[in-house]
Amino acid sequence: MADGSIGLWTVPLAVFGGAIRVSTPFLFVSLGECITERSGRINLGLEGTLVMGAMSAYGISYLSGSPWLGVLAAGVTGALLGALHAGICSLPRVNDIAVGIALMLFGTGLAFYLGKPLIEPTAPRLPAIDFGWWSDIPQVRAALRINVMFLIGVALAPILYWAFRTTRWGLLIRTAGESSDAARAMGHSVLLIRLRATMVGGFLAGIGGSFLSLFYPGSWNEGLSSGQGITAVALVIFARWDPMLCLWASLAFGGAAALGPALQSVGVTSGYHLFNAAPYILTLAIMIITCSPKRTLTGAPAELSITR
Amino acid sequence: MIIGEIPPPSGAFGVDALAMTMRFGDFLALDNVELKVRPGSFHALLGENGAGKSTLVKCIMGYYHATEGDILIGDRQQAISNPKDAHALGLGMVYQHFTLVPAMTVAENLVLARDDVPAVVDWSKEKRELEAFLARMPFKVPLNAKVSDISAGERQKCEILKQLYLKRRFLILDEPTSVLTPAEADEVLGMLRDMVVKGELTILMITHKFREVMAFADEVTILRRGKLAGQGKVAELTPDAMARTMIGAEELTVQPPRTGETGQARLELAKVRALDDAGAVAVHDVSLTVRAGEIVGIAGVSGNGQRQLVEVLAGQREAESGEIRVAGDPYHARREEMRRHKMSLLPEEPLKNACVGGMSVADNIAFREFDRAPFASLGWWLNRGAFRDDAKKKIAQYKIKTRTPETPISALSGGNVQRAVLARELGGDVEVLVAANPCFGLDFAAVAQIHAEIMAARNRGAAVLLVSEDLDELLELSDRLVVMFHGEFVYEARTSEADLTVVGRHMAGH
Repeated sequence: MADGSIGLWTVPLAVFGGAIRVSTPFLFVSLGECITERSGRINLGLEGTLVMGAMSAYGISYLSGSPWLGVLAAGVTGALLGALHAGICSLPRVNDIAVGIALMLFGTGLAFYLGKPLIEPTAPRLPAIDFGWWSDIPQVRAALRINVMFLIGVALAPILYWAFRTTRWGLLIRTAGESSDAARAMGHSVLLIRLRATMVGGFLAGIGGSFLSLFYPGSWNEGLSSGQGITAVALVIFARWDPMLCLWASLAFGGAAALGPALQSVGVTSGYHLFNAAPYILTLAIMIITCSPKRTLTGAPAELSITR
Repeated sequence: MIIGEIPPPSGAFGVDALAMTMRFGDFLALDNVELKVRPGSFHALLGENGAGKSTLVKCIMGYYHATEGDILIGDRQQAISNPKDAHALGLGMVYQHFTLVPAMTVAENLVLARDDVPAVVDWSKEKRELEAFLARMPFKVPLNAKVSDISAGERQKCEILKQLYLKRRFLILDEPTSVLTPAEADEVLGMLRDMVVKGELTILMITHKFREVMAFADEVTILRRGKLAGQGKVAELTPDAMARTMIGAEELTVQPPRTGETGQARLELAKVRALDDAGAVAVHDVSLTVRAGEIVGIAGVSGNGQRQLVEVLAGQREAESGEIRVAGDPYHARREEMRRHKMSLLPEEPLKNACVGGMSVADNIAFREFDRAPFASLGWWLNRGAFRDDAKKKIAQYKIKTRTPETPISALSGGNVQRAVLARELGGDVEVLVAANPCFGLDFAAVAQIHAEIMAARNRGAAVLLVSEDLDELLELSDRLVVMFHGEFVYEARTSEADLTVVGRHMAGH
């Protein structure tokens, strides 16, 4: 052990470390989408929001020198894109899924366009907390360098779980998502509730994007997101719209995504691309196991366009 | 005339709607209607579908703004511009469609309905207060149960309790008993009546059940085609007189008398089991035989597995286990089997379950036979002329009110959609007929016509399975009555010998 080699233990350790690093954007986007979908609307545009968030966070961090200002900028950008989605969906006979796809393309395209000058420079990155100080083994130390954003995300999940049950806003969002008739009968504006829920969802997705450009991988380029935004939307579905399950699903997904690189680091190179596909195989497997043609999804907000 | 000023500090108050006229474009929904509800009275509002009852109460509640007319709340003129204004004045409405959120608990639904929901809800305190409130109320509901898990009767009680919890003192009830057993209806209305008698509440109830009007209401207002057709004290009126006022001079189809002998077993269910959408067992190993020339009625409060049973028979849902036989042959709801056994279906919500809304009336009428002669040559070339001719004939025969046979069927009123389905399903020979709530939400003329057609099919020797939430309809039509509760058949009797109280008890699961 003295030479720092820990043999096959590298794999679970790398998966653990990877789970934490890779899961953070999933976590933020899925929690954001969870809020939006609980209000009865699907925002598929979060992929675009994520990339726009990554770009604006990198840009602002570079220009201002403060990565946290970059995170804030990413959130605000996300909220604005959310407002755009909600605004268009407020019009009569507009399909939220079609608008989402349009905004996904719009967001990524705009980010690539505006982000061209940002590929070269290096922006200040988000700090990490070293939880591995007690160990001499570099792999352990690497795995335990945990970003503050991850901790915020982990704290956010139980807070949302609590908020959906015990705050006025949580109850209103659920009412709008479960029965817009009921919400209207109580004199609430469903469109306004959904506008706010979509903006908050966009805010969190933007922050998820900032993690990509400011921590891991930690730079801005056009191949930054490999569909994390759209995958996180799917995560919400098999997390059954429960913030706590979103947390576990994000971790599982992050762990699966880290499997390929981890195996490669110990020399298992055959089937590298197959192992990289682990998250998607996992998605398919979970979908097949949990779906049935004979029943509707449990926990699905009744007003969602996919369940109605 | 200040909005939000609460008329009397507590107790019942009256509402007068004077010279109400409501126009939707060219359509005159209300024409100079007057409604006077005295404080502390139980007032019934009668009328056929489309008579303007809902429009009138929606004007009172501020959902619509009447083109002309005044609303007096406790003798004071009020401008009610939206439902919040009405709520502030102490007016509340219980809708025909539940406004509870099914995925939430009863307690969440009650607290949520308040105007002053705190930013962070202290659930232990709220539950203590709710329990104290329930202790004062005449009926109980389980606070911690999810609304989707409680019965329709309990939901209706919840809706009413919600209004009382919000301290409403003038309650509008829109067909409040349509989902209740007769006993439950009597219980709920009886308790509300007690509150009215004590002077705590005024009630305006929209209904079409004369029994309830006679038993609970003090006064009645009757509308017909947007006009005031009559009003008066219930004590001075008879159900017949009220019915005549409601329908006016319109001729109703006369139902043929019950004739003929019961024959062979035509439709046999053996231990049929089916699941609902959530995967729970909705139909629990039911067995039943329907013979030629008889109507078997399945009674039960909505949500006890009737819908799933009908969906299995219609081929919309797969049975988990069990066997269905039609005329002795195994039946899997295939089109070929339905045609061979001359099987007809009148599912509930016909526009959703039996029609394609965007296709024409003629196409919808031809669905069963569209790829056979004379509608098609060689099984694929459709002959549009034959569609039109057949549709024209049936439109006349079944009195379907449509502009042309090419009009999309979704543009027709509910009664005419059902007439079109009736024309398709009963237009030819029928050996087995399955009908589910065939008259739900239809006016007298349509109901009379549908009842007459079902009876005529029976008399011609069809085996009829009639699933209905309307007990009066079942008592009128069926030869045998079966009660369905929690997915099981819990009671069976010849209709002529059935005891209404026993039937009601079984419907409620006792």
